[in-house]
Parts: sequence; structure tokens; C-alpha cells
Amino acid sequence: MSEVKNILLVGVGGQGTILASKILTSGLIKAGYDVKMSEIHGMSQRGGSVSTQVRYGDKVYSPIVGKGSADVIVAFEEMEALRWLDHLKIGGKMVINDYRIQPVPVNLGAAEYPEGIIEHLKEKCEVLSFKAAEVATELGNPKAMNIVLLGALVKAMGLDEIDWDAEIEANVKAKFIDLNKKAFHAGYSL
Amino acid sequence: MKVIMSGNEATARGAWEGGARFASAYPGTPSTEILENMPQYGAECYSEWAPNEKVATEAAIGASIAGVRSFCAMKHVGMNVAADPIYTFAYTGVTGGFVMVVADDPGQHSSQNEQDNRNQAKAARLLMLEPSDSQESKDFMKKAFALSERFDMPVLFHVTTRTCHSKGLVELGDREEAEVPDYEPKIRKYVTAPANAKVLRATLEDRIAAAREFSNDCEFNRVEMFDTKIGVITSGISYQYAKETFGENASYLKLGLTFPMPDKLIKDFCSKVDKVYIVEEMDPYIEEFVKTLGIECTGKDVIPRFDELNTDIVRKAFLGVEPETYTTDMKTVVRPPALCAGCPHRGLFYALSKRKGIMITGDIGCYTLGMAAPLNALHSCICMGASISQGHGASIAFRDAGKDTKVVSVIGDSTFFHTGVNSLMDAVYNSGSNLSIILDNRITGMTGHQQNPGTGYTLMGKEAPEVDIPALCKAIGVKEDNIITVNPNHLDEVNAALDKLLPKDEPCVLITRWPCVLKKFSQQDIDEFPTLHKTQCVIDQDKCKNCKMCVKTGCPALISTKEKVVIDKTSCNGCTVCKQVCPFKAIEEVTR
Ligand SMILES: Cc1ncc(C[n+]2csc(CCOP(=O)(O)OP(=O)(O)O)c2C)c(N)n1
Ligand code: SF4
Ligand code: SF4
Ligand code: SF4
Repeated sequence: MSEVKNILLVGVGGQGTILASKILTSGLIKAGYDVKMSEIHGMSQRGGSVSTQVRYGDKVYSPIVGKGSADVIVAFEEMEALRWLDHLKIGGKMVINDYRIQPVPVNLGAAEYPEGIIEHLKEKCEVLSFKAAEVATELGNPKAMNIVLLGALVKAMGLDEIDWDAEIEANVKAKFIDLNKKAFHAGYSL
Repeated sequence: MKVIMSGNEATARGAWEGGARFASAYPGTPSTEILENMPQYGAECYSEWAPNEKVATEAAIGASIAGVRSFCAMKHVGMNVAADPIYTFAYTGVTGGFVMVVADDPGQHSSQNEQDNRNQAKAARLLMLEPSDSQESKDFMKKAFALSERFDMPVLFHVTTRTCHSKGLVELGDREEAEVPDYEPKIRKYVTAPANAKVLRATLEDRIAAAREFSNDCEFNRVEMFDTKIGVITSGISYQYAKETFGENASYLKLGLTFPMPDKLIKDFCSKVDKVYIVEEMDPYIEEFVKTLGIECTGKDVIPRFDELNTDIVRKAFLGVEPETYTTDMKTVVRPPALCAGCPHRGLFYALSKRKGIMITGDIGCYTLGMAAPLNALHSCICMGASISQGHGASIAFRDAGKDTKVVSVIGDSTFFHTGVNSLMDAVYNSGSNLSIILDNRITGMTGHQQNPGTGYTLMGKEAPEVDIPALCKAIGVKEDNIITVNPNHLDEVNAALDKLLPKDEPCVLITRWPCVLKKFSQQDIDEFPTLHKTQCVIDQDKCKNCKMCVKTGCPALISTKEKVVIDKTSCNGCTVCKQVCPFKAIEEVTR
């Protein structure tokens, strides 16, 4: 029995973690894995911390990625990477979008956004960080940032046997397919 | 082929496969998507949003008495609202199979309390099914209708946030059509006058006894024998955590039918293992039953009685092991939810936040966030519909104690239709003096934008008559002169209405009417609110004095740093509230 693999996609509501994880899970299912995915949602407002947990292997029981067990954490926002650090498996990898979204308490002057998160995390674990928003903007639309991150995740997990272009075609609106394919490959080749 | 489905999608699919023809619900996390997934089954199963859970349950009961398989769905607290009909429907039993889907929220991901409704299945005496993943959600739901008919008992289908919102692979099946009998009145079965009800109460014991026999040997309750040093009894999502914790180092009694509890099966299983562990979330529901059988077991002495479980907690509790993790001293900042940029509730709460000496009773919905900094303009939130009744009680209490504290009650449109209408009747009938503010954002916002009796559309997408809120308030007895409707984005309009209504010593109603910015606008919305999403605001940095007054509206589109304030173009929705509060006229409205 192959070991169950754990992936966490974390970010801020509205960043597109849901589409990225949808493409990811549909690719994993095609590859024949048992897959469970957990996504707690409930409030309509955007701007809160969000996480999607994806687990795959021969047989998966719990849908929850436990502490110290994520093979890869993809953080769509810097501080969210820090928030979820304790879920990373020792020896696991962080893919971090070098991007900040200021939370309300910082806006109101009641708290300060921590400085130097990425450097701090690099001292602890393996980190791949880059400005996904800039990569996506160069391709024509900053919103494709989520798929750039998906490309980097797929590379980090070594999931090369899956036809990801086909999955993008199946899950994305027609007019965004080209952009998203480019975004995926840009992320993959980082 | 297998498809990936959330537990909620799978429950909806199971209802369709099980031959359901009628579904009614009031939205509530984590149950909402069950009914949202019903319209795809079209004419084979009618589905609707009811104004509240009691009504949804009664409508589904009516369909069952009419002979069709029916179900209702709700979040855990919804079962409190629906308790009245279901406790008595348990006596009468069903004609068409009947299922009440109740979604508990251990860990309070998005709820005002945590309650273990398995206790209510026992208290009301309902058959109870507990699926542990998406496949079982589909399979159990499909079989629930026939089960209900076989034992002549309603089924409580107990799910939790994790089963509802997790996705897993599901093998689909076909629909099983159930015949609809011709109607025959069954007065002794369905008229629960005391003489009939006493008889029904006695026969209910017989029905429970038959169901208990069944539970001892049925497909819902399964034994998995591996190592017999440990025997785990578990149900629902907890089964998954137990399996991951113990693997083949323990044997399992996995329960899916948990009322009535399978006494013989439990005794038999426990006799085959050395030690018995009970793994369950929230209350010791299984554990207490096992103990009444005189069996020693370990459960809540090591597992917490509240909050959500996971494998880490179960492993630590029984095996004493904790995962090795990276640690850090660097602190993160929380991201509390906030009213959206351009939310129509912001203008009202900003205006209320400037009034002193008032008590603001609140209710449940997006507008509960009016309590958060920097607005801090909502003082209570207990349950749906409570704002106006609480406000009435408080206003009388203040009056009789000789205090001049004025009471304002804020309530959303969907919440007003849910149970706020009765509360307003109380305030009017008993000469209260609170000012009720109905925040009509043309949708049920909090739970993801469901239609309601005021929006003009149904769940199945049909046009529908709209409740006329001012006319309804007038019919209840609020004086016409005491009912004002405003655009909450216009602070001067809101303030003028507050100035007029707050000094009055009788029930008054202020209605704020502007759509939620995340709502999918109907043609009617576009006609009624022509400026929606047409403009945005920008700060003229030459005029801005960085005084931060605009930031005090709490709009998340205003990004404030030490040096300056800017408006995030991608999120501003042009409500202009910031512009109205800027003392230096530094904010301009521009077309998008
Ligand atoms: C008894 C009960 N049923 C359902 C819910 C879930 N719920 C919380 S808020 C809400 C809707 C609020 O809608 P509305 O009053 O229109 O306010 P909005 O969110 O649009 O501001 C619902 C259904 C609940 N908390 N309690
Ligand atoms: S920035 Fe101003 S105009 Fe834009 S949504 Fe926020 S408060 Fe409204
Ligand atoms: S979802 Fe609608 S009602 Fe809720 S906070 Fe956002 S804009 Fe306001
Ligand atoms: S209120 Fe006006 S002057 Fe003050 S910070 Fe905001 S935009 Fe600048």
C-alpha cells in the first residue's frame, strides 16, 4: 500500500484556492488515486483565512491533514504560510507566493504585519518562494496567480504522469484556458 | 464510474436515488448545499426554501402524510426551531418515507453554539443514521426512506461539518421510484388528540423495539475484526480518525444506525475484545449507552467533550503520541471576517456607531459583523429572530426601571421572515418602544445568497410574489408614520430617519433597502438600483490628510499604512460611505 500524501493549499478568501484544488483533485482521480478533500466554508464574506486539504493514496480515511503531516504546503499569501507551518511534515516543502494581503487589525493599526516571514521560514524548512502575481500579470492577468502556484505544486509533488493541460481544459472557462495553461507551465518551470 | 462529491452533494443525490419527491429546507451552514443541489433533479423531486426550519419540517411532513417520500434539511440549531413538529410526528409515524437531515457543527466553524443532536434523536425517538463519508451519505440517504416506511418512524439523518464539506469518491446508482398511494384519511394515526396520542405513544415503543432488533443485524452497523486487544466503537466521521489511529491494531464496531442502539451487537462485539474504546465527537452518546449495558469502556475520560475531533487528537488521547512539527516564535495576525467592501450594512452601522446611549440588540446574519471593530455597533446575538423580541423585553425593562436607554433592534430580511415577524407582533401588541431596523439586502447573505420570500424568486428559479415588508409591518399594527425605508449607503438619509424615529415612544420600523454586493443581480435589481457596480471611489492623494476617518468605516477596500490610505481598485464597490465621512473631501467617485 502506498503511503497517503498530504497537500495543503492555504490563502485568503477570494484568491482562487478552490479552483486550484479542483483541478488538482480531478487530476489525481484520473490517475487512479483515492482522494479526499476538505474545505470548510460557511460565511460569504471574503478576506478570511481559507484552507483546502487534499489527501491521496490507495485508500484515504480522514479528510483532514494533521499537524506535521503535509508533504507540501502551498501558501497563496505570506502570513498564511507562517500560520500553517506546524502542519508541514519534517522535511516537507513550502511553496510560498511572495504576496501580502493586509488583515483588518493591521489596517486599523491594532497589529503589525510580521516582517521577514519568507527569510524566517527559509531558515527552518525547504521553501520555494516567488511572486506569482507578477508571473501571472506578465502572462496577461494577475488572477491566474492561483494556477501559477498549482504548477509549482505539481512540480514539487512530482505528479508528472498526469495530463494537466487536459484537466485545465475540463475545469476552466473556455476563454481562460490558454492563459491558465501558460500560467501552469510558468509555475511548473520555476 | 466514481465521481467526487461533497457529503452534501451526495446526500442530495441519495435523496433523488431513494425516490424523494419533496424537499424543503431553510439554509444554514453546513447543510445549505443539500437543497442547493436538488433543483438539478428537476421535476422528479420538487424542492423549496421555507422561511424557517419548523415550516420546512411541517411541509415535508405534509408530503409524507400525502404518501410521498419527503425530506427536510437544516443546520443543528434549526432542529430546535423544528422540534415541535418532529417530537409529535415521531408518534404518528409516516406514510411516505420521511427524513430530517440535521447537520451538526462540532468546533463551531460557523455557528453560535455546538450541540450534539444525536441526543435529540433519542429524546424524540427518531430512527438515526450517521454516515461517515460521501459514499455513505449517498447510500444511507437512499435507503433512509424505505427504512422510515418499514418501521413507521421518521429518520434523523445526522451529519457534521466534516462529512458535509469534505469530498470523496462516490459510486452512483439509479433512482428507485416509490408508488404514491391514493389518499385515505387516517384520523387515528394523524390527529394527535390526547386519546389518540396516548395510543400512539405506546405503539411507538413497539416500533422502537422492532427497530432495535433490526439494528442488531443490519447493513448500517458493521464489525471489522483485526487485532482483538482493542475494540473501537465509533460512528460518523470519527470512524475515519479511529481507522487512521489504530489501523489493523484494533477491531471496530462501526455504527451507522444509532437510534435505537444495537444492544446485542455491542455486547457481542465487546465480548470478543480485551478493551473497549469509544471514539465519538461531542457528547458521550454511544459511551453512555455502552455503560448502561454494564460494559467498561474508555471514551470521554480521554477525548474532549467539545470541539471537532481529528486524527491528531484521537492519537494523542489513546496512544499518547504527538506529531513532530516545525515551531516558530513569530506571531501571525488573525484575519477576522469583515463586512464586504460596499456592503449595504456598513452605512447603517456607521450611523448607529455614532449614537450614544442606545442598546443595540442584534440577530444572526452578515450584519452580526456590525459588532466588530471599528464599528462596535451590535450588542447581542442569541438566535434567529431574537433581536426584536429581546429589544422589546429590554425596552419595557428600561422603561419600568426609569431608565431612558433607547433600544434599537437590527435584523436581516431573511431572519425577519424566519422568526422576526412574531417578535414584531409582540412588540406592537404589548406597546413596546424599540426601533426595529430591517436590513433588506434583497437576499439571504450569510449562507451564500439564497432566495427568500422577499426576493421575488424560488429555489427552483421561478418568479414568486414578494413579501411587502412595509405593508406587513403596517398590518401588524406599526403606524404608517413610524415606518421609513432608506438607502443605507446614504448616511444623511439614515441619520434623518434615526433622528425622526429614535425619540418616539412607540414601535417603529426602519427598513434599509439595498442589495448585497455579492448577490447575483436579477433584472429587477438592475432596474431598481441602477447605480449598482457602476462607480468606484478613489482618494486624491494631494487632498488627503491621512486622518484615517475613512478607515473607521471598516471597509476592507481601504488599505491603510502609516504613510497613507489607498483604495484597492479590485475590491471597491463604490458605496461612497468613505467619501461621505472624509472631512477633507479627498475622496471622489469615478465611473468604473
Ligand atoms: C435557526 C437557524 N437557522 C439557520 C441559521 C443559519 N443562518 C445564519 S445567518 C442566516 C441568514 C441571514 O440572512 P439575512 O437575515 O437576510 O441577513 P444577511 O446575512 O443577508 O445580512 C442563516 C440562514 C441559524 N444561525 N439559525
Ligand atoms: S472604498 Fe469606499 S466606496 Fe469603496 S466600497 Fe469601501 S467604503 Fe465603499
Ligand atoms: S455577503 Fe453581502 S450582506 Fe454579507 S457582508 Fe458581503 S455584501 Fe454584506
Ligand atoms: S478620511 Fe479623507 S483625508 Fe482622511 S485619510 Fe481618508 S481620504 Fe484621507
